[in-house]
Amino acid sequence: MSDANTAAMAAATLTQPAKRRRIKAATLFDHAVLILGALFMIVPLVMVFQMTTVPDVEIIKTGPSFVIGDQLDENFRKAMFEASGFSGENSGTNMLVNSFILGIGFAVGKIVIGMMAAYAIVYFRLRFATLAFWMIFTTLLLPLEVRILPSYEVVQRLGMLNTYQGLIIPLIASATATFFFRQYFRSVPEELVEAARIDGAGPVKFFVDILVPLSKTMIAAMFIIMFVYGWNQYLWPTMITTEEDMFTLVRGIKQITQVMEGNRIPEYGRANLLAIIAIIPPVFVVIFFQSWFVKGLTESDK
Amino acid sequence: MKRAGFATRWLPILLLLPQLIIIAVFFYWPAAHAVQSSFYLQDPFGFGSSFVGFDNYTDLLDNSEYRRIAWFTVVFTVLVTFFSLALALLLAVKADKVIRGAKTYRTLLMWVYAVAPPVAGFIGLIMFNQSWGPLTRLFEQVGHDFTLGVNYNDTAFAMVLVSVWKQVPVNFIFFLSGLQSIPKSVREAALIDNRSASGRFWDVTFPLLAPTGFFLLIINITYALFETFGVIDTLVKGEPGNNPMTLVYKVYVDGFRGNDLGGSSAQSVILMILVLALTVFQFRMVERRIHYT
Amino acid sequence: MAQVHLNGLNKVYPNGFEALKPSSFHIEDGEFVVLVGPSGCGKSTLLRMVAGLEEITAGELKIDDRLVNDTDPADRDIAMVFQNYALYPHMSVRKNIAYGLQNRKVGKAEIAQKVAEAAAMLNLGDYLDRKPSQLSGGQRQRVAMGRAIVRDPALFLFDEPLSNLDAKLRNQMRIEIKALQRRLGVTSIYVTHDQVEAMTMADRIIVMNAGRIEQIGTPEDVYHRPASTFVASFMGAPPMNLLPAMANKGVVEFAGTEVHRHEAVEGPLVFGVRPEDIIPDALGEMLLHVDIVEELGAHRLLHGKIGAEQVTMHVGKDTEIASGPLPVSLKPDAVSLFDRATGARL
Repeated sequence: MSDANTAAMAAATLTQPAKRRRIKAATLFDHAVLILGALFMIVPLVMVFQMTTVPDVEIIKTGPSFVIGDQLDENFRKAMFEASGFSGENSGTNMLVNSFILGIGFAVGKIVIGMMAAYAIVYFRLRFATLAFWMIFTTLLLPLEVRILPSYEVVQRLGMLNTYQGLIIPLIASATATFFFRQYFRSVPEELVEAARIDGAGPVKFFVDILVPLSKTMIAAMFIIMFVYGWNQYLWPTMITTEEDMFTLVRGIKQITQVMEGNRIPEYGRANLLAIIAIIPPVFVVIFFQSWFVKGLTESDK
Repeated sequence: MKRAGFATRWLPILLLLPQLIIIAVFFYWPAAHAVQSSFYLQDPFGFGSSFVGFDNYTDLLDNSEYRRIAWFTVVFTVLVTFFSLALALLLAVKADKVIRGAKTYRTLLMWVYAVAPPVAGFIGLIMFNQSWGPLTRLFEQVGHDFTLGVNYNDTAFAMVLVSVWKQVPVNFIFFLSGLQSIPKSVREAALIDNRSASGRFWDVTFPLLAPTGFFLLIINITYALFETFGVIDTLVKGEPGNNPMTLVYKVYVDGFRGNDLGGSSAQSVILMILVLALTVFQFRMVERRIHYT
Repeated sequence: MAQVHLNGLNKVYPNGFEALKPSSFHIEDGEFVVLVGPSGCGKSTLLRMVAGLEEITAGELKIDDRLVNDTDPADRDIAMVFQNYALYPHMSVRKNIAYGLQNRKVGKAEIAQKVAEAAAMLNLGDYLDRKPSQLSGGQRQRVAMGRAIVRDPALFLFDEPLSNLDAKLRNQMRIEIKALQRRLGVTSIYVTHDQVEAMTMADRIIVMNAGRIEQIGTPEDVYHRPASTFVASFMGAPPMNLLPAMANKGVVEFAGTEVHRHEAVEGPLVFGVRPEDIIPDALGEMLLHVDIVEELGAHRLLHGKIGAEQVTMHVGKDTEIASGPLPVSLKPDAVSLFDRATGARL
């Protein structure tokens, strides 16, 4: 590089500091806002966690603090293996298993049924397709919460109270997944089904060999969203499951709260740990499958 | 439907059947049942019921407690929707800007999506614990004796705060993805056309986010109306008493606890109408203005 | 109107990638300069640095005599036409064109007048109240142009503005843009990967490759006297024939034939000749064994071999071609010589 060039560059750098500082200040402000936002989100959970590591008496005296104690093991044992209910059947382990059954059962059921229906609607010439379509998509309009009591009565009449079917199937009765897969199937190039037909694939073969493998990412995204949705259900399980051995973690949270308050020395550590255990699986899938999850969430946007 | 759809007869029916049966049994039947029983008065001891026309509805609308709850629901919905949207928009705009640590911020700001509403409510209970809750202490510092579950306004405040905390992540995710789908060159064109950053935001970015924002508005209203049930139920520890509650919570309290099936059904039907109105409004808006492509 | 000076302008991304090696050149007032090169060559980066959309790592950028390294894009007195037009989808055509002026606090009457003028110039009069989504590709392109014109900028920047149009429209817009620039006399920098656009529109062409300027020159210069084998093969369709040759005491030989004399060269080198500079010649010493004849209407391309080397030549549509090897010769002084190792012109 020539001397003139170097000199020019030096001159150029000399004029820059003022601007640089301005950029810095703006960027610092951006970061400050984001850090505050992140703290708003995470601090409550950190406090709840801290309380699981110290003795309950400690908490009554000081509340959350910066001390990390040694009670985590003991609280974990109590939370997972000691029954907290009246009938003595809802240990943390038991509720955890129920939560997984609800989360996975709901997600799988919704995806299987939704994909089948969406396939029928998109890929077949069907006389009452429009009618079926509207019947299915009307269900998007009314959330379970507004028809909760009559739904309860139906389940009661069918004798499905305190069963996994009664818990899961009525939750599946809305078309979110069907709608999602319908949108996705419609975006699959037309030529694909034409090519498959020329290659001699029938409707079942096309579905199994081509459409399902093609939808893998979509299925994964849907699974994550539905798993979290199922896991987090509260009102419906509260009504359908009255026997404690059917409780999920989220359903049991109110009992956990009551246990916490009922005793002479409230068992904060144990209750907080159960709340954290109820959070971990869904948070885990959301964080570790973030890109799928975000894709699934934003693309199901109507 | 695809141009080259399959012509098989029985297969699509078989494929549709599970979905149709489930929605018939668990959607249409209960919905119809709700409408029907809203016109009947149930005998308190469960021996039959009698047709009372619109009495259940008129009773509700005359009931000052119901009106008070409806009003609280409106205020609650407006507050939750406004604050969770505003906060999420602010964070999304900032997260979209920064380069360093962008991914970490994103993760930290979205994980609460996976927290169940009642668990969020539980965390609220801890934060607002009467004797040692950190937020209770914070209020003490400014001279307010915060009593969750006793003072109406305090309880309402906690409900709004926890509901906002729980809802910010969803809005954040959508706003961020909305921001990222604005073509880079459009923003650059604005950079050349307008030297003021806030001017660029309000003239270009904000209108282009409007479809996302409108979609989220509906989502948030629905959330505040229905999904906050878990937050409220935990915060009042299942004992509504004189605490604030929303319309959905009232349906549950009257129907499930109070056994007033007719009244509760009428409330359900009112909520259904509300949701339908909201959806019609949404479709019309989407059709009309807020669409650019 | 303005001059533009680049002095050792350099771009290094935080990941260490050097998108633009230190580059210097000068653009005259009213000049139309085209930056051309394959994708990833740094031409867009350079343009975006001039626009202020990309930070300058080192070097100086001056518009007229003003150092603008750290000036906001909005304060550089430039207008830019983007590849995908970058129209504001929520604003009408009128609003799109007027937006930049409004932000400059131009009076309402003046804005209305300027918009009307630009619309008339670009035949957009009937579309002023439409949204961009209701326009065709060519119309959007015009709106993007209109947005640039009304600003009366010192400098126009074009970032591959025609690449999203179909071939016919592209030819038409090419002519329109050039005519418009002539009329307005605004200094312009135009980025493209299309060498035809570069040749037809530029006052001067800057050929770039791998973050480096390969050559700066008039279209004539660049075409006939390419500075490197890269330029020779990038400009022109079909490209220049680049053939291995041997120089012995200033005599350059290819396939056993003397093709050129040049005092200062010795040893192996590359010689280049444009397809149209190879002519059928009954007395020619070289024989082209034709494999394929490409019929292009106005002319034909003959692809074949001279010795072991693949060669393309260009003949008029009326030239008779007998079967069998075709004797050819080269137009005098139409030969370029390049260093075999570096590819630089000798």
